[in-house]
Amino acid sequence: MSTTIALPGFADPVDEAQATFRAVLDAMARPGRLHRVGERLTAPTPLDPATAAVLLTLVDNETPLWLDAAAAAARDWLAFHCGAMIIGAPHGAAFAVALSLPDLDALSAGTHEAPESSATLILQITALGTGVGYRLSGPGLREPAMLKADGLPAGFVADWQRNHALYPRGVDIILCAGTVLTALPRSVSIEEV
Amino acid sequence: MKGYNFAYLDEQTKRMIRRALLKAVAIPGHQVPFGSREMPLPYGWGTGGIQVTASVLGAGDVLKVIDQGADDTTNAVSIRRFFARTAGVHTTTRTADATVIQTRHRIPEQTLRDDQIIVYQVPQPEPLYRLESSRIETRRMHALADYGLMHVKLYEDIARFGQISISYDYPVMVNRRHLMSPSPIPAFDNPKLHRMPTLQLFGAGREKRIYAIPPWTEVRSLDFDDHPFRPIRAPHPCGLCGATDSYLDEVVIDDRGGRLFVCSDTDHCAERRAAGHVGTEGLKEAAE
Repeated sequence: MSTTIALPGFADPVDEAQATFRAVLDAMARPGRLHRVGERLTAPTPLDPATAAVLLTLVDNETPLWLDAAAAAARDWLAFHCGAMIIGAPHGAAFAVALSLPDLDALSAGTHEAPESSATLILQITALGTGVGYRLSGPGLREPAMLKADGLPAGFVADWQRNHALYPRGVDIILCAGTVLTALPRSVSIEEV
Repeated sequence: MKGYNFAYLDEQTKRMIRRALLKAVAIPGHQVPFGSREMPLPYGWGTGGIQVTASVLGAGDVLKVIDQGADDTTNAVSIRRFFARTAGVHTTTRTADATVIQTRHRIPEQTLRDDQIIVYQVPQPEPLYRLESSRIETRRMHALADYGLMHVKLYEDIARFGQISISYDYPVMVNRRHLMSPSPIPAFDNPKLHRMPTLQLFGAGREKRIYAIPPWTEVRSLDFDDHPFRPIRAPHPCGLCGATDSYLDEVVIDDRGGRLFVCSDTDHCAERRAAGHVGTEGLKEAAE
């Protein structure tokens, strides 16, 4: 048996899941806004507390989950605490966990009639609040907002704008770093500053 | 409350609703199907709104529930009491004190803030329902953004009545992409939907749909250049507080044709009266 399973999940599954959900909901509603989550959580290697908290909050046996190679070490912990079906290919995943930006085209963008069936990518990066500046605009933002993030690759904006152009189809991203998260719904347009 | 999980719903159901809510926020105005549960009150009594509220609510939230603007009608009282018992949250009737506001068919008069969430109870989420009864067809129309049918309906209203004859549940275009039912709020409230600082969530229990409008999102009431949208309001001041800018209920007060127009938003009216505003009927009330 893997030692990662020995790590607990939320100490208070009801309150902490609710608080994490409200953070994700607010981040999705106001793209780029930073929230602290998972501060009481001991996350399994290589996941950060924010990444682990989001997974405990949203993933269960109804949501096929794909892990990139770097995240695969958390597989047993996720299988145990979330009861998730962990699948081998990104297409078909409701949630994807990655430690580096995967090919967004490989994830489900949903269909024209059911754009909500698209994947949500939980992308763990180096830092949020410092690093490269991105200008966000779209629903949820009164005026364009600045997001600083460290760990997104150089081609991210071009990849994102192709995803954004699929609207209302498209992948949504929850960015996690340490105990901080934010979200990039498909509706948001991103420029590098 | 003993015997129930926090806020009544089990955690797996909350996760399912939370996932639907996140997708709904990511696609403003798009209806997301969800596995609506049987609730301890019948469909049509706000089960969609209750399930959304139950999935959003935390122990620190302060809940306000209104039914047609009033805090003290059966539906509002029973839902407020339901969450006070199953979640132990504080409840309030004051709009400014609430963090989550569940509403049936009104938006409070007071401007809502960005740290509040408003949850609408929705009987019929499909704006095209009366024009096209097939879900398969309406889903395709939304996919293609083919909303010609609704424009024809509005045009036919103008041709027949000289104006658009929709006084509530007036269709809106969200984020320039999705046609959406704002729930049966009066058309008077429609302008409040546009670029509201508050996150707006919509739950339809019987129809099993959730949708949302993120803050600051463009929400336009459908109209024509030569027949612009006009919110309708009864041409009277409130009889109790004298307000001339609030939405009014018409109340029959005797059997000789007597009518009283009063604010539909009971908290707004009470706060105005507490601040010393008095309407024509309010004076009489004080003198008696």
